[in-house]
Amino acid sequence: MWSLSEARAGAVAVAPMLLGVVPFGLVAGAAPVAGGLGGWAALGLSTIVFAGASQLAAAEVLANGGSALAAVLVAWTINLRMVLYSASLGPYLRHERLARRLGAAYLLTDQAYALSIARWAGGGNPEARLSFYLGGAVVLWVAWQAATIAGVVLGGAVPAELPLDFAVPLVFLVLLVPLVTTRPAVAAAVIGGAGAVAAAQLGAGPLSIVIGAALGIASGAVVDALAERAGHRPDRTARE
Amino acid sequence: MSSGVWLAIVVSGVGTYAMRASFLAAAHRLAHVPPGVARLLRQIPPAALAALVVPALVRPEGQLHLLQPRLFAGVVAALVAWRTRNVGVTLVVGMAMLVALEAVWG
Repeated sequence: MWSLSEARAGAVAVAPMLLGVVPFGLVAGAAPVAGGLGGWAALGLSTIVFAGASQLAAAEVLANGGSALAAVLVAWTINLRMVLYSASLGPYLRHERLARRLGAAYLLTDQAYALSIARWAGGGNPEARLSFYLGGAVVLWVAWQAATIAGVVLGGAVPAELPLDFAVPLVFLVLLVPLVTTRPAVAAAVIGGAGAVAAAQLGAGPLSIVIGAALGIASGAVVDALAERAGHRPDRTARE
Repeated sequence: MSSGVWLAIVVSGVGTYAMRASFLAAAHRLAHVPPGVARLLRQIPPAALAALVVPALVRPEGQLHLLQPRLFAGVVAALVAWRTRNVGVTLVVGMAMLVALEAVWG
């Protein structure tokens, strides 16, 4: 059952994120053109891959004469975290038909994941979840494609004075802060963040996000299990 | 443009879609999530978000670097986020802090 008000709530929630997404999309449009791959390749990346960091990395490999295989491996490595998002959202959408879940999967991004998990973990009507998700994810998709086209057309004319790329981590920070209220969540966040930094320092490159996240998940689970064994009430932060 | 470029784009996209769809496609088989799995799933939001945020604050140029504007602006933004829970306010304060600090640092 579709809920127009929930879809609108999703669109409203995603609106501030566009401040970081649009400049990123402009770069995703301009970079393949600057690298000699052409505007259609930029649009192909934005519609078929639809994942900013991996688009830029794959375009860079191809523009520098790297093989298709190298570009694919870089893109897949960067996007490995989507498996975690899929696992995290799956239980919340298990009542939806397969076709709808497969459609939702195409629109899965860092932003759509972070907004939805924050909203759904807080309760509410399960039937309205997909409406909220799509309200945000579709707005994000349209903005991404429009920004890509603008980037292809404008090319290097994209202004670089404002550090708008900083808006991306800031948005995730706002969603992260309310989560770190329990001991397992603090362990997951501290080890997840430190692990990603350590992995990057050790040369893990695009894999460092997934390595950090995996270390954080394991640490949070251990702390959660120890707390439960010690007789505390299990945490209810993101329970489902 | 060579066909290799399109091959790379399509295969990158198909693989990325498979990752996105993986557990969403199988979700209907999870009538009851085992407690151990649920425990792992609960840790994903804080762990994944921190893994995205922290490197952006302490490795802005690809090397560990703590005494620079992005970490300071990020800490201030975290305090604002904690007090207000508001994306718009946090964005404005965080960006303004970064611009101001970069002007001072520069």
